[in-house]
Amino acid sequence: MNAPRVIDVRGLRYRYPDGTLALDGVDFHLCAGECVALFGANGSGKTTFALHLNGLLVGEGSVRVCGVPLAASVSAGDLALVRSKVGLVFQDSDDQLFLPTVLEDVAFGPANLGLTPEEAAARAKVALEQTGMAGALHRAPYHLSSGEKRRVALAGVLAMQPEVLVLDEPTTALDPPGQRDLIALLRTLPQAKLLVTHDTSFAAALATRAVFFERGRVAGEGGLPEIVNRFHWSR
Amino acid sequence: MRSAARETWIVERWSRGSSPLHSLDARAKLAALAVYLLAIASTSAWTQAAVAGYAVILSAALAASRLPVPALLARAALILPFSATFALITWLSGDATRALALVEKSFLSGLAVLVVIAATPLTDLARALEAFRVPRSLVLVIQFLYRYLFVVADQAHRMRMAAACRQGIRRNARPRFHAAAGAVGVLFARSWERADGIYRAMAARGFHGTFPALAPTRFRTVDGVFLCGFALAALAVRLML
Repeated sequence: MNAPRVIDVRGLRYRYPDGTLALDGVDFHLCAGECVALFGANGSGKTTFALHLNGLLVGEGSVRVCGVPLAASVSAGDLALVRSKVGLVFQDSDDQLFLPTVLEDVAFGPANLGLTPEEAAARAKVALEQTGMAGALHRAPYHLSSGEKRRVALAGVLAMQPEVLVLDEPTTALDPPGQRDLIALLRTLPQAKLLVTHDTSFAAALATRAVFFERGRVAGEGGLPEIVNRFHWSR
Repeated sequence: MRSAARETWIVERWSRGSSPLHSLDARAKLAALAVYLLAIASTSAWTQAAVAGYAVILSAALAASRLPVPALLARAALILPFSATFALITWLSGDATRALALVEKSFLSGLAVLVVIAATPLTDLARALEAFRVPRSLVLVIQFLYRYLFVVADQAHRMRMAAACRQGIRRNARPRFHAAAGAVGVLFARSWERADGIYRAMAARGFHGTFPALAPTRFRTVDGVFLCGFALAALAVRLML
């Protein structure tokens, strides 16, 4: 793919404070418009890796997001820039939804970007429309179903209009129609996408390339069927 | 814990209502509340006429809030067991008038605070506190505490359900006490993890220490009129009755 790299990671290592080596020299790239599936067993470092792409964790090695280097010494301005470019949808939607109403929650990100309250609310409404949650503007997030929370969490990220979407286990808590809707929605989005998932059929519907993590390293990379067969990653 | 969250949610729902009091600027409401509380606290010659005067002022605010009065009164009465304890001691020491004043003052003050909280969304209250130069770190702590209350309550509810499913028919209190004590520790650890997750999710969406507001604040003439009217009425009761 000749498109520019929006994520470029080289030799990334990260050790948690308790001494656990979570990432051990990861090399990875994601090009503009590309959709990549990230597979791996539980505890293989997938989520830890995703947190590095947004600057929530900073390890050793090189991480560049849309050309901006992310290191321990990154400036607050660059960090804010990276967070505006990488939209991270968390595995547990309850982590992401914390404001009293859906509208306020989805507008939280755009407002943090410095938009006026009116602009932030307008963006939030568009994002909620995209995810089919426009009817829930004034509902309390903690009263939504799991699937609805998932959609609102995604809307919260889309409202920031990022260049890269990182979705950590996006199909968790979604019923089959919800998964179909999510696939249809993601297909319409032009952003580069990294799907951290165990769901091979979901990944197959969207991703053109797959990466397999094993004990904090990239154990394999290639076409999706090839990776699934090579690592016996199907039911 | 669950009931604390339920109560908080009820007040949260009330605060999202629409009424003349809801529509006022949070700064005006907080400033009026401060004057009212100071007036009550500093009224030394506490007479039943003064009680009536302060009650009339508060009733006007209550009417303007369109909040459910019996429910508000019931919640404001939660303060009475505490103030009644001190009132009882005062009464036993021979000062029945002061004892009665203690109960009445605390109830009126508690109700006034509740009316303002129930008629103002927390985000607006926080911004008003910041406008009054309350340290930002303190305002943030209040906001996080408020948000995490739901998180901890939800966690506690799930754990209680899981425990109930496996509780069986054992009636002995001691093992149950041990299990409950252990569960509190687990609840703390899980809540800590959840709070950490929430903070990460906030940081991922650009949070930099200030909760943004969706509605711009404007201190309008009506806010000034309310503040002056409410404060002057409280001061009039303080000085004249």
